[in-house]
Amino acid sequence: MDLIADRGRRVTVEELNTSRLLAHARKQAVQRKLDDMMIVDVDAHHYENEHFGDILPFMENEVFKQLSQSTRTSTRSRGTFTPQTIGYQDMGGRVTRYPMRGGEKTEDKGHMRDVELGHRWMDAMSVDYSCLFPTGMLSIGLHPQTEMEVELCWAYNRWLTEKVLPESGRFFTMLTLPFSDPDACLRQVEAFGDRKGVGGFMVTTVRNNLAVNDNRYMKVYRAIEERGLVLSFHSGPNWGEPIFKSCNRFLVAHALGFAWYNIVNLSNWVINGMGERFPKLPVIWIESGLAWVPFLMQKLDHEYMLRPSEAPLLKKKPSDYMRDMYYSSQPMEIQDMGALECTFRMMNAETQLMYSSDYPHWDFDLPSTISDLPFLSEKAKHNILGGTAARLFKLPPRNEKQKENLKKFGNLTAVA
Amino acid sequence: MAEKFVAKATEMQDGDRRIVFVGDNEIGVFRHGGQYYAYSNFCLHQGGPACEGLTIARVEEKLRPDKTSMGLSFSETDMNFVCPWHGMEYDMKTGECISDRKMKLKKFQVVQKGDEVYVVA
Repeated sequence: MDLIADRGRRVTVEELNTSRLLAHARKQAVQRKLDDMMIVDVDAHHYENEHFGDILPFMENEVFKQLSQSTRTSTRSRGTFTPQTIGYQDMGGRVTRYPMRGGEKTEDKGHMRDVELGHRWMDAMSVDYSCLFPTGMLSIGLHPQTEMEVELCWAYNRWLTEKVLPESGRFFTMLTLPFSDPDACLRQVEAFGDRKGVGGFMVTTVRNNLAVNDNRYMKVYRAIEERGLVLSFHSGPNWGEPIFKSCNRFLVAHALGFAWYNIVNLSNWVINGMGERFPKLPVIWIESGLAWVPFLMQKLDHEYMLRPSEAPLLKKKPSDYMRDMYYSSQPMEIQDMGALECTFRMMNAETQLMYSSDYPHWDFDLPSTISDLPFLSEKAKHNILGGTAARLFKLPPRNEKQKENLKKFGNLTAVA
Repeated sequence: MAEKFVAKATEMQDGDRRIVFVGDNEIGVFRHGGQYYAYSNFCLHQGGPACEGLTIARVEEKLRPDKTSMGLSFSETDMNFVCPWHGMEYDMKTGECISDRKMKLKKFQVVQKGDEVYVVA
């Protein structure tokens, strides 16, 4: 396939085949015997916008359904029915799987295509299970219509749990919550919480109006906690956010945006004592990397020491509550090994960090980013790459060697 | 050091590339500006196929004497090749990583014998 380079010059690149593209990942997996370790990827993606033809019929409200279907099929329409964010994730075609994705051959062109593609990269990386998240829907919190947010989340969650997950057996998910409407959130937890492959629920933090401590959400958190499920907060970039309008390069809006949204919401979560209110609710902060964690621990502890009157529910320091929660690893800042080691120590990575790839997005991480770290014990590597997630999401091992390793490091669950 | 056949010179035009396998080694051979360049195909970032992606002119930002920016432009002279996994860019002529020149892909010698191009590995 020809890609456009500088000044319209065409460069021929081999057709995309995910297994072929990731052949070096497979080599790494074999060299490191990663198939013997259970590897769980707690944050991977698919492009649900390519399946809206199948998803939209699950919308309940006939008027919103007709609006969406009409917009999707109207070739001359200016508008879209989902929020669009400006950005250059493909780096001008430098990350070739973006422009070439549509051409990758699969047996099935429907929902099974995503399962096929997913299994290709999971096999290459030696990933046993992946938590599947949407891509474009991560911006659903920017939709001006609460009703449309609710309808689209409902339709996506039904399609994912009824069509995609049953075909895989290796994908699970934390379903997208329509967070602008707490009652609708509760209804979706009640409707989908017990479905196979649902490990929890996800709040996309790319929002301008989010107060995670709002009283209206307590019933939602309680419902998730009661079911033994996980609550996660997934970040993202939003160049349209007023503070980022001063940034003339996507690099800056991207680097800061992911950290920013999770920093704001985690701060509100901790300072309002949510850890005291829902002590049995596992919470994961996803896709912000790790470098912000030591910063925020120090910052919040410093302020709390002087202003405890503003956080009367807390019984320990904010950093202690942060250490009670979980974090996904990607995109792991690995430029300064000493700083990274300090970060791992401060967050109790051995028990609180979980590997994530973010594949197929541009800044994905391979399992070797964890397995090659020189300062980690074997137990820590096994826990981070999959053991902790196996316990949290009750995932069984896929071979005897994995079972031995899970048992050895205390991660074998009753279900296994 | 053995010589591994890459291609017939007449079959490799400017802008073309070949990937050759020498044991466990993978080597990317580029033809650019009438010259051949050969580098290890393992990206120094996370091990991706460094030589199999886009080739693209380096992006520059020139400043006027008063330090104001003239904006972004493509270089007239410098070409990069890009690892398709994450977009890590390398200097076509040296194999140096653009964002950290201390990082450098292993370079291999290319020899032409008549119409045949070989890489020495």
